[in-house]
Amino acid sequence: MKLIDALWKDAPLATRGEITPKLGFLLTVLLAIVWLIPFLWMGVATLRPASDGINAMAELMPSLKPTLDNIRDAWEIGDFPRYTLNTTIICTGILLVQFFTITLAGFAFARLNFAGKTLIFYLFLMQLMLVPVLLIVPNLKLVAQLGLYDTLAGVMMPFFASAFGTFLMRQAFEAIPTELEDAALIDGASLFQRIRHIYVPLSMPSFSAFAIISVTSHWNDFLWPLMVINSPDKRPLTVGLSVFTKTAEGTQAWGTIAAGTLMVIAPLLVTFLIFQKRFISSFVTSGIK
Amino acid sequence: MSLAEPAALPVATSAATRLHVLKRFSSRLKASLPAYLLLLPSLVFLALFTYGAMGRVLIDALYQRATPKAPVRFVGLDNISAVLADPAFTGAVVNNLIYAVGTAVPSIGLALLFALALTRTHAVNSALRAALFLPVLIPMVAASALFLFIFLPNVGLLDYYIGRLLPVLPNWLGDPDIALYAIMIITIWKNAGYYMLFFLAGLQAVPEDVMEAAHLDGAGPNQRFRHIILPELKPTFLFVTVIAILNAVTQVDHVFVMTQGGPSNSTNLVLFYIYQQAVEHYDVGKASAATLLTLAALMGLTALSFRTMANREGGP
Repeated sequence: MKLIDALWKDAPLATRGEITPKLGFLLTVLLAIVWLIPFLWMGVATLRPASDGINAMAELMPSLKPTLDNIRDAWEIGDFPRYTLNTTIICTGILLVQFFTITLAGFAFARLNFAGKTLIFYLFLMQLMLVPVLLIVPNLKLVAQLGLYDTLAGVMMPFFASAFGTFLMRQAFEAIPTELEDAALIDGASLFQRIRHIYVPLSMPSFSAFAIISVTSHWNDFLWPLMVINSPDKRPLTVGLSVFTKTAEGTQAWGTIAAGTLMVIAPLLVTFLIFQKRFISSFVTSGIK
Repeated sequence: MSLAEPAALPVATSAATRLHVLKRFSSRLKASLPAYLLLLPSLVFLALFTYGAMGRVLIDALYQRATPKAPVRFVGLDNISAVLADPAFTGAVVNNLIYAVGTAVPSIGLALLFALALTRTHAVNSALRAALFLPVLIPMVAASALFLFIFLPNVGLLDYYIGRLLPVLPNWLGDPDIALYAIMIITIWKNAGYYMLFFLAGLQAVPEDVMEAAHLDGAGPNQRFRHIILPELKPTFLFVTVIAILNAVTQVDHVFVMTQGGPSNSTNLVLFYIYQQAVEHYDVGKASAATLLTLAALMGLTALSFRTMANREGGP
């Protein structure tokens, strides 16, 4: 209780004696511990030698003879280096094309007047309302017709345009004072030069927020790549992990499954722990992806 | 502002005025050209994968797939009635409704609890927020792999620590009466931390001086919550509810990894049904009809919420 009182030191004087907020806080602490248990088990099970047997698999106390065998097995059986490469290619490819499309479209909405602006704006808004994941069937047909079935390009393509990103950039560009652009105009800078040297450098925070949301969501995509990819060597991490899990489940190799899962989520978790604040604020702006 | 502008001019009678109108119109289009070029890359992909996809769903839903005996043929609403008559689909819809309510209500409730408890910023609260947010970042497939072991009968995490206290060990993923609730637990665990962020943002808007005044007037924490915080959070509630319902329809990776819709269809959800029709039964017609019905329902929901948010000031 003393510890909790210490946390309430900065609260308004009148509320420091209240019990309800402290009970809520205690409950939250308990739940936060529960929330971490799956991660804790993953770490412990990854390092547990297979010789401990299935009956000790659920023990949350780390094994006294930790081993890296599970990681090695997952690395070899699961082909995780290849999966990691594929996922990295997919996320990077999507992000690079998105940067290009959302910068141009965002600029048009922020700074230009044109016939049909409202109509086109609503066309973009529609993508936000349409829930792209639901369109897997018609989009799989299109990807096949374009000859992109079973290619990484086919996985990336539906995400090249982003209404969310466009609106985010529009907001960022609108906040930039027009005087800067006027000065560049007098110096004879072309439209592309103005975007590249004024608007883009000044909107870096929005770009990085968008990058976080885009990479996180496509790193975690599963159903769409599952449908598009057929060859084992083109699988992204998520599809690879699901196939790997199904195989290892049959042989009760839970330590290997834990190791494989750890490998899939480690890059994102480490990045998050380094850039916590940035992640959290990006996710708040994401709302509807 | 819009294409309707030239039409608002007085009706041109003489050739000269007509020419003048045309000139004005074409000069406006010419002035718009740079903007169109900037929008073109985005519009190409939107046309292919969003509007085009809508059109293809509509067409595919109206045709019967080719069989070895017959070519593709127009069948009108047959696919839609076939889907509606399919017990697997109606079962999936019912499951999805139960699942939507059963995941949205607890995860939003927990998110509100977390946000209220962790509003003030200090190191301890930041660490707790991060812990609760971790599941949001991992793929649903990874969460499913972990929970497969958690729900494993007898030797799994849940039975090992808690199951011993129960008179009979339930088969969490193997019992048709329980499996749907088991997969709800993953979703709640995964999403509560995400919704927490929106409530934290919403709580920033609660005016400090009003809270102070309420303290001075002797309002307890429950009264302050009911009369000051809750009204302020209304738009956040609406927004988070919409996201929670959308998630209940679009997140089905765990169904794929853990249950494949079983046992006896008890964990089948609409999007997984669509996937099965398309990929396992090669029935694009039925898959498209199911997609169409789901899209109509969700678009109705989002349009309604957009309207409500637009009518309100200070939505999220």
